[in-house]
Amino acid sequence: MPNPIPTTRIIVDVRNVEKSFGDGDNRIHVLKKIMLQAYSGEIMMLVGPSGCGKTTLLSAIAGTLRVDGGGINVLENQLNEMSGSALTRFRSKNIGFIFQQFNLIPTINIAENVGIPLMIQGVSSSKALQRAKDALDRVGLGKRWKERPNKLSGGEQQRVAIARALVHEPPLVICDEPTAALDARNGEIVLDLFRQVARSPDRAVIIVTHDSRIFSYADRIARMDDGEIVEVHEQTQPTPPHFVHEHSHG
Amino acid sequence: MIGLALKMLFGDTAKYVMLVAGLFFATFLIVQQASVFCGLMLWTTATLRNVAAPIFVVEERVEQINETNPMRDTDVDRVRSVSSVRWAMPLYSGIQRVRLSDGSFKTVQLVGIDAASLAGAPGRMVEGRLEDLRLPNTVVIDQLATTRLASNPKDPSTKIKIGDRFEINDVEARVVGICEAMRSFTGGPYVWTTYERALQYTPPSRKMLSAVIAAPVKGMSVEQAAADIERTTELRAYVNHNFGKDTKDFNTSTVWWYIRNTGIPISFGTTVVIGFIVGVAIACQTFYSFVLDNLKHLGALKAMGMSNVRLSMMLLFQAFTIGIIGFGLGLLATSGFAMGALKNGQPPFFMPWQIPVFAFVAVQLICMLAALLGIIRLSLYEPAMVFRA
Repeated sequence: MPNPIPTTRIIVDVRNVEKSFGDGDNRIHVLKKIMLQAYSGEIMMLVGPSGCGKTTLLSAIAGTLRVDGGGINVLENQLNEMSGSALTRFRSKNIGFIFQQFNLIPTINIAENVGIPLMIQGVSSSKALQRAKDALDRVGLGKRWKERPNKLSGGEQQRVAIARALVHEPPLVICDEPTAALDARNGEIVLDLFRQVARSPDRAVIIVTHDSRIFSYADRIARMDDGEIVEVHEQTQPTPPHFVHEHSHG
Repeated sequence: MIGLALKMLFGDTAKYVMLVAGLFFATFLIVQQASVFCGLMLWTTATLRNVAAPIFVVEERVEQINETNPMRDTDVDRVRSVSSVRWAMPLYSGIQRVRLSDGSFKTVQLVGIDAASLAGAPGRMVEGRLEDLRLPNTVVIDQLATTRLASNPKDPSTKIKIGDRFEINDVEARVVGICEAMRSFTGGPYVWTTYERALQYTPPSRKMLSAVIAAPVKGMSVEQAAADIERTTELRAYVNHNFGKDTKDFNTSTVWWYIRNTGIPISFGTTVVIGFIVGVAIACQTFYSFVLDNLKHLGALKAMGMSNVRLSMMLLFQAFTIGIIGFGLGLLATSGFAMGALKNGQPPFFMPWQIPVFAFVAVQLICMLAALLGIIRLSLYEPAMVFRA
């Protein structure tokens, strides 16, 4: 296990987590005694082949899926011991989500989309909208806040999703295949921007991906296979080689 | 979140229009058919409203005003002999045939009233004098008769006027007045004349008296006087108030007779039920489809920390909103229909306040049912599903 930077704290602590689906002979063990930590200030990637259990682990860490055994501690809260409603409140305050398909609501403008996590917390619409515009500014879409998601390109929509994930300043951000719906160029732009705005000393970012092009953005990479973490690799100086490569030749 | 709920609803134009259209048709069918039914039931009591006597004394087996079991003329005196009765007058009521100037025939509701007191006369004269009924061969007709008995109802110049004549069973009738009256259940116009002349207009039979109309002495209630009449004469005495719970009221008794003995309520009721079912089918299916289409987004909201209660409230609010809009438009369309019906005098239309209230409850019930299906679907949707593209 790599040593965290001394000033960092553990945001996510996964201990002996097990999860299986189905019954009897059809029972499939998706997570097998998983041990994992995510620290503040780092970007961690969960990688591995399809069906290895990385999305299941991400769902469990996000508090959207109950595990069968072991414990998940997020920000010093044992998710397994929390009631459903407490878990819902916990998610709304502490976790930012970026989905593979962006999941922006098409019938409202992008500022309203970004303001949703704040409105869920009970912030008034006007204040939420103002903070959403500030968040959109940070991802370069501040002037287009009135537009509907379907007027934007895939890359721009993912930037809106990033703004939405960060607008309420959550200490943990969960990303599920953030570049899967993007082409290579847009994937790099989005990840580069994401690294700039999401990285914070108080925040951990966990990204599930099997897009090898973006591995270089991670501080640590946890490789999964068949429901187990087989390797955790620490990158001392994470850099996006493709992006640098393009700029150096541009 | 209310704004978000509404924008999600209005943003899906096709489903929104479909939902509103379904609830519009449901409202229109429920309110319009129920109102026409009530109007029709009101028409069954037209004679009671046009002959505004407090008490109607009829043969003991009579259950409704349009049923005439003739009584003996001496029954008038028997009623008069009851101490609670201030006055009692004979009444003839029956359907007769009128021969028009072009030789064609039309049916009318002939009412014969006491010549001396004119008790049972129409409430409001539009033209002419009621007292002229005492002149030979005279009648007072209602406004409907001016066109219905005209040789060409579509030509205003042929409308029946004061002084015009026609024949009732080959006996001459001269119009001396035109009055306001409610339309009869049979659709024929009302023609008033004196009781004695009504008997001349009617083919003779042994007993001709349709009813005795009466009023109680001062200080005595109508109900008490009616009860005294029944006890003393063994005739049936109904009070004439309005439709309600009291079956001693002739209006109530009449309406219930039609409900029990005709297929009218089944016919209208079936349409109302179909309206409800159509509303349920369209609204539930479309709203459920709307929820399914938005399940990915609603699931994302759930993952981001929106509670099931809050999401359910959003769906309920959306359903309530389309219910209000659909109901409003349906009621507006029914009002348009009502204006047309009242202008033409038909079809019958009467909308007591209970009908729109009932329709509103029914439409909201449909909406809540639709929302409930969506809520059940959404509650079964695990937030983790949102990670599975």
